[in-house]
Amino acid sequence: MSAPAATAAPTTGATTTYREAMREAIREAMRADERVFLMGEDVGSYGGSFAVSLGLLEEFGPDRIRDTPLSESGFVGAGIGAALNGMRPIVEVMTVNFSLLALDQILNNAASLLHMSGGQFNVPLVIRMTTGAGRQLAAQHSHSLEGWYASIPGLRVLAPATVADARGMLAPALADPDPVLIFEHGSLYNSSGPLPDGPVELERAAVRRAGDAVTIVAYGGCVPKALAAADLLAAEGRSAEVVDLRSLRPLDDATLMASVRRTHRAVVVDEGWRTGSLAAEISARITEQAFFALDAPVERVCTAEVPLPYPRHLEEAALPQPDTIAAAARRTWE
Amino acid sequence: MSLLEERVTATHRRQLLRTMLLIRRFEEVCAELYSATRIRGFLHLYVGEEAVATGVMSTLRPEDAVVSTYREHGHALARGVPVAAIMAEMFGRSTGCSRGRGGSMHLFDAGTRFLGGNAVVAGGIPLAIGLALADRMRGSTTGGSDPVTACFFGDGAVAEGEFHEAMNLAALWRLPVLFCCENNRYAMGTALAKEHAQTDLALRASSYGMTAWAVDGMDVLAVEEAATRATEEVRGGGAPVFLELRTYRFRAHSMYDPDRYRTKDEIAAWRAHDPIPALQERMRAEDQLDDDALADLEKEVADLLAEAVATAEEGPLEPVDELTRFVTSPGGVAADGLA
Repeated sequence: MSAPAATAAPTTGATTTYREAMREAIREAMRADERVFLMGEDVGSYGGSFAVSLGLLEEFGPDRIRDTPLSESGFVGAGIGAALNGMRPIVEVMTVNFSLLALDQILNNAASLLHMSGGQFNVPLVIRMTTGAGRQLAAQHSHSLEGWYASIPGLRVLAPATVADARGMLAPALADPDPVLIFEHGSLYNSSGPLPDGPVELERAAVRRAGDAVTIVAYGGCVPKALAAADLLAAEGRSAEVVDLRSLRPLDDATLMASVRRTHRAVVVDEGWRTGSLAAEISARITEQAFFALDAPVERVCTAEVPLPYPRHLEEAALPQPDTIAAAARRTWE
Repeated sequence: MSLLEERVTATHRRQLLRTMLLIRRFEEVCAELYSATRIRGFLHLYVGEEAVATGVMSTLRPEDAVVSTYREHGHALARGVPVAAIMAEMFGRSTGCSRGRGGSMHLFDAGTRFLGGNAVVAGGIPLAIGLALADRMRGSTTGGSDPVTACFFGDGAVAEGEFHEAMNLAALWRLPVLFCCENNRYAMGTALAKEHAQTDLALRASSYGMTAWAVDGMDVLAVEEAATRATEEVRGGGAPVFLELRTYRFRAHSMYDPDRYRTKDEIAAWRAHDPIPALQERMRAEDQLDDDALADLEKEVADLLAEAVATAEEGPLEPVDELTRFVTSPGGVAADGLA
């Protein structure tokens, strides 16, 4: 089978940052639908802890750009209630670490109400939060727990890795009748790229770089690292295909398996901890669905099993990096 | 005639008595069905607390929303969720009010804006303030028709962080919520004084800057009067009100509970304040009830329950190939959860 062309969203030609793309997506959604509002810690006057909502308070006012107290469970639950009652809330939680304070609401209510009520009450809620390490913020601001959320039935879990996805995923997420979690990697906010033209489609993984010698599966903040690893391998004459999952739940098995069947090798990159990780799930699926296409065991590159440390050198050592990803790919050719 | 005037009429009181009897008899039937292993899971009975649900719910309007707990049969019945649909839910039938997927602890009914059925003790409170926030944001801020969200929870929930987060948000944003704290003096088997440093729960709520007071939860007329005042205040000013309804459950926490943590004397002392005979005696004293009328009422309720049990047992079970239905919504444009 020949390699497909790498997928690229149609663009307007302009470039922008991931942060501005997300802000523009929020602005567009709020202009288009008065039921949409943004709620979270410091989203108003402060402009959002990552400056995503900077300037939106002036345009939409404090009712719709709604500052909350530091009450994750309270305001996420309020978002669920508002969604149940006809609104389309976007709830911002500062980091995935803090979202654990709202886990009861996310799991026991947002993800469960539709099924538990026999289909009567759906929760059209979007929850955005940052995830990931790389900024020397130490353990309580650096973890990658999106894989945990991806194991919960009833949720849709998205991980935009590109400016196009940061811009294009919000509108379809808001149109989804069920709860959608969007994980924005903290190290991506300053990345820049072309602006897409219109919303993107949520169901499919994207081949970010075509290749035929190994499939590197990544998502979110690890996609640039996977692409850098592919550069390293290309310099050695090996062509790696990089698949960006984009959606962590549901997973796009078809795109993944098609790639593995072409390359016969797989490296799964995940900023979560290795044990019980999303990488473990993907590795298992490859073994279940494409075992006989494999020429080597599936490799995994995950975060070291430590609470993320503060010093730069230890943090870097704990995280997947282009060279560790490239090394894992080389092992599949041994 | 205002609700406060209507409260003294025989017709209205008969309705209150009927609702309390329906709840009491429904629970007794459930206890029998449970002992006979015809219904399963957890079963938390409300016996003794009927005046709370009955008194509060009679003050609500169709557009109001109700958020409840795992001990919610009484709330659902008083709110008007169809008896047969609740009973079918106990049997896990697809004709149940949650298509059998929720059971005793998760009764839901969109038609009466009854949003469960939350088995994490304080988990429904943030939902309630969100429902109220949506009512506020959707612009229903003037006139007498502002919807109220009535949120029921127990004394145990007051110890949870979610309670305090939600109280603060409700008061801060002046949300139209009626908080109904059913203080039955026990969080499962832990007595009030062993779970709270400050056992005056209304006092604690008032520290958030909202109107709060305690009510005799064994007197349905007192509950109704308090709830009438409270809902008027919520609708009029848009700010939350907290009612601490002091009540008692005559039975154990659940069917699994051997009830070793309280004395027979204590239970007997509270049974002397059973809200159902109390209302009956008051009605008899005012010539609003006699033996025949009471017998008629009991028969009406018994017939209703017998029919509910019969139809529930005959109801279809959800096919196993429907297991994963309703995990996510069918595709298409998002629909509002509440019509």
